[in-house]
Amino acid sequence: MTKVAEKEAPAHIKHETLLELMRIMLLIRRFEEPCDKYYRAGKMGGYVHYYIGQEAIAAGLIPLMIPGDTMLASYRDHGHALALGTEPRKVMAELFGRATGAAGGKGGSMHIFDMARGFLGGYGIVGGSVPLSVGAAFALKYRGDKNICSTFFGDGAMQQGSVHEAMNMAGLYKVPCLFVLENNKYAMGTSVERHSSQTDFVKRVTNAYNIQGESVDGMDVLKVREVSERILKHMRETGEPYFLEALCYRYVGHGYADNAQQQKFYRTEEEIEAQRKRDPIDTFRHFLVSTGAATEKQIDDIDDDCKAIVADAIEFADNSPFPSPDSLYENVFTDM
Amino acid sequence: MAIMRYAEALRLAMTEEMERDPNVFVCGEEVAQYQGTFRVTEGMYQKFQKENHGLRVLDTPISEAGIVGLATGAAMSGLRPIAEFMTWSFALVAMDQIINHTAKIHYMSGGTCKVPVVLRGPAGAGNQLSAQHSQSLESWYAHIPGLKVVLPSTAADAKGLLKTAIRDDNPVIFMEHAGLYQQRGEVPEDPEFMIPFGVADIKRAGKDVTIISYSNQVRFCISAADKIAEETGIECEVIDLRTLIPLDMATVIRSVEKTHRAVVVHEEWKSVGFGAELASRIYEEAFDALDAPIERVGGPFVPMPYSKPLERAAIPHEEDIYAAIKRVIG
Repeated sequence: MTKVAEKEAPAHIKHETLLELMRIMLLIRRFEEPCDKYYRAGKMGGYVHYYIGQEAIAAGLIPLMIPGDTMLASYRDHGHALALGTEPRKVMAELFGRATGAAGGKGGSMHIFDMARGFLGGYGIVGGSVPLSVGAAFALKYRGDKNICSTFFGDGAMQQGSVHEAMNMAGLYKVPCLFVLENNKYAMGTSVERHSSQTDFVKRVTNAYNIQGESVDGMDVLKVREVSERILKHMRETGEPYFLEALCYRYVGHGYADNAQQQKFYRTEEEIEAQRKRDPIDTFRHFLVSTGAATEKQIDDIDDDCKAIVADAIEFADNSPFPSPDSLYENVFTDM
Repeated sequence: MAIMRYAEALRLAMTEEMERDPNVFVCGEEVAQYQGTFRVTEGMYQKFQKENHGLRVLDTPISEAGIVGLATGAAMSGLRPIAEFMTWSFALVAMDQIINHTAKIHYMSGGTCKVPVVLRGPAGAGNQLSAQHSQSLESWYAHIPGLKVVLPSTAADAKGLLKTAIRDDNPVIFMEHAGLYQQRGEVPEDPEFMIPFGVADIKRAGKDVTIISYSNQVRFCISAADKIAEETGIECEVIDLRTLIPLDMATVIRSVEKTHRAVVVHEEWKSVGFGAELASRIYEEAFDALDAPIERVGGPFVPMPYSKPLERAAIPHEEDIYAAIKRVIG
């Protein structure tokens, strides 16, 4: 079995917190699993990028945000919104393109926003949200707030020039931006080894930009939580930027079009199966049960709750109206 | 009223707004310690350096995408940034941030996220700066939903429009003309002096031909109109649009319905330039009022050459406008 399961339940994390981490991961997983069906049925369109397999990162880090903190994400953004507490109904309705969606049906899967909770949006251009994130962190420093901005992006973004401009500025101005690289090993169909001259991203960023950084097993929710607690405490005290690489694996396709047949061009089924054995939810379930922190029944009950929430979200989305034709011209500007 | 240069009027607008609102800050290359490449921000760093951890007038690396990202992200977080490009030619490096992010965030957030940012700096052609530094690209931005596009032609307009831009809740593309920085004019000292967007300025009244322009070409239009009036008695009405988005078509149409003839003038390339849009809108909205085809004056379809006589030939001047007026009269 995995190493995680051999550990004891950590004394410093409350029992309720352990269950909450499980709940968030299950909610994200159960939210995304039925999406394929509704995409095929024509209820969703465009690009839908799944977070399945990477749930431990959002679940481990995002609940540590406090009021005033801000967050940005890439187009793989459902999990981040759900971990933040954005209503699943609003996220699902956005995927369905309905007026009740998080962006009123104008954004879609790649552009979930929740301004009230500090989620400044998901963005569709690889790396494009990273310069915005440094600006959001700059605003916190400018006002003298003790808050931080965390920004989530993939390994593909590490080859975008604007990301490096932004990281340099974060290191230069010392703004409280937490760069979370979710290294799922593939930029679409191109592996890290095939897209990065330096595959040690922590080394690359810390050496180049005078930013502290480290790597964590992004498939282990407790490790993500533990490391994030320490990093956020450090950032709130110092106001400095930080780089966290979360090593994970996307065992679904990059997006809807990247199906099993397509994936054969760039990775093997054996590789995917080996990674599935490290599934963050399965291993955490085993850990909770084997350490006596939770029973199978307790976890199943949480799972059932999540499935019910998702079923409700789907029903809500499907019964919601489409945006009115008049709204086409609304929100181009605030005032015209 | 005070007589001041266009560049000084811009500085006054920024300084007044920064004194009024602590959320307003300026960032860009060489804007602080160096005092601004064109001295637009001169003295501002010293004036504000004790506030907000010295961040109110902020020198940046030569990272245009990073600058626009910083300003946009700060605007999304409640600040009101003014980002300066050393020239608008360098903004091309930041095009993804401007077009795919800054311009669209309000819309794709369903109106939940505001982006009150001003992107400003010198644009336009001249000074033998050749192909990569000397050009006008305003129609690129006017083409994108979500950006307001402002091009002041006088010192007073520079102040009044920049103050409106800073207080606007939307991204504003504010294109100054390097050839106008040293031009002097009367500028109201009232700190509440503001010029609303979407209101064109009739610089010269006339009954025979409508000339529509903006930015540095406005003064050439006025001198061409004066010349032709003196020689022939033909009176041209010269309209300075001041803002392309929003566009004051009402003033344009009213004038064309009076004069029945129109000439559109700009420095940017005539081919696919903003004048094509203007002419087309006039045809759509006032075709029956026209007595002659609309004349367009714009730059020839070449990259800006270095050599002085070639450069002059690549930028519209008074004689080009004069010739167009003659043609439209027939």
